[in-house]
Amino acid sequence: MNELRYVYAVTRPFDGVLPQGVCGLDGEPPRLLHHGDLVAVVSPVPAEDFAEAPLKAHLENLDWLTATARVHEAVIGAMTTVTCPVPLRLATVCLDDSGVRRLLDAGHDRFVQTLERLDGRVEWGVKVYADPEPDPSSQPAPSGAPQAAPAAAPASGRDYLRRRLSMRQARESVWERADALSRTLHAELSQRAQAAALHRPQDSRLSEARGQNVLNAAYLVPREHSEEFVAQVRRLAPEEQGVRVELTGPWAPYSFAGQAGQAGQEEAGAAR
Amino acid sequence: MTAQPVTGTGPLAQRQLALVDLLDRLLAGGVVITGDLTLRIADVDLVRVDLNALISSVNVNVPSPFEEEESL
Repeated sequence: MNELRYVYAVTRPFDGVLPQGVCGLDGEPPRLLHHGDLVAVVSPVPAEDFAEAPLKAHLENLDWLTATARVHEAVIGAMTTVTCPVPLRLATVCLDDSGVRRLLDAGHDRFVQTLERLDGRVEWGVKVYADPEPDPSSQPAPSGAPQAAPAAAPASGRDYLRRRLSMRQARESVWERADALSRTLHAELSQRAQAAALHRPQDSRLSEARGQNVLNAAYLVPREHSEEFVAQVRRLAPEEQGVRVELTGPWAPYSFAGQAGQAGQEEAGAAR
Repeated sequence: MTAQPVTGTGPLAQRQLALVDLLDRLLAGGVVITGDLTLRIADVDLVRVDLNALISSVNVNVPSPFEEEESL
């Protein structure tokens, strides 16, 4: 069987031992391929799954993509317990070990710079959702808030119109508040963080999250400042109906492993 | 509104990572290697678009709150 090499990450040689039970895509612990002053973290993978054509087909298969992404993340997660790896994009595949060495040679300077830039840093994800529809399960209705009232049948046409109007106003105000909060959060957190990156707002059909995602940002923070950063997010996220802040992390710095300056480039999409 | 779910302890939070957060990072982040050293599997944005199409076609039956209101 023809085998290819799947590369998860590049790192420096390190002393620690990977946690027990970490498995790569082949079900075995990932291999460390040393080359010069860099180490590639790799697994052998079958060509019938990871050659260009089958891989493209697989990437359209949500179950396959999920399983592969989770393994990739698990390997990176295990690496972060012993060193600061630079994660590669999902499905970086070389033909053989010498292909991996050529990859390390060709990208050497970039890898070294990125390793220095990301050393000791983690990534935190911050998302803001606008959710104009009251959630009956989790929101105790504050008295006097018309938008939270249970929908009893309108007594008259005028009642109906009034209710429609107040619902619309509540919805608009939720959008405005979500937008304002997103801007404030992003401005404040960008100042705290060493770098910021904006991802596309998530499609709720994919995330199955309540409401509409309006901010989907990532911040690069020194690991030892994480608690402070999390506290800052909490402080800036007020208790407000219809607007929700979600924090994820700490992540390996995926969003910052690409070219330097990528964050600025994506900034253009911020004002959505 | 709640900031969830992280309490700042332990690596990688308590709940299982949402797939979509993971894909944001794995398909749009990470070092991208292109060229003939590796097989060319760039164009992940295209993959993502197709994936979105796939998901929306799977989930056509999920009602939209706005349509629901229009039908009042």
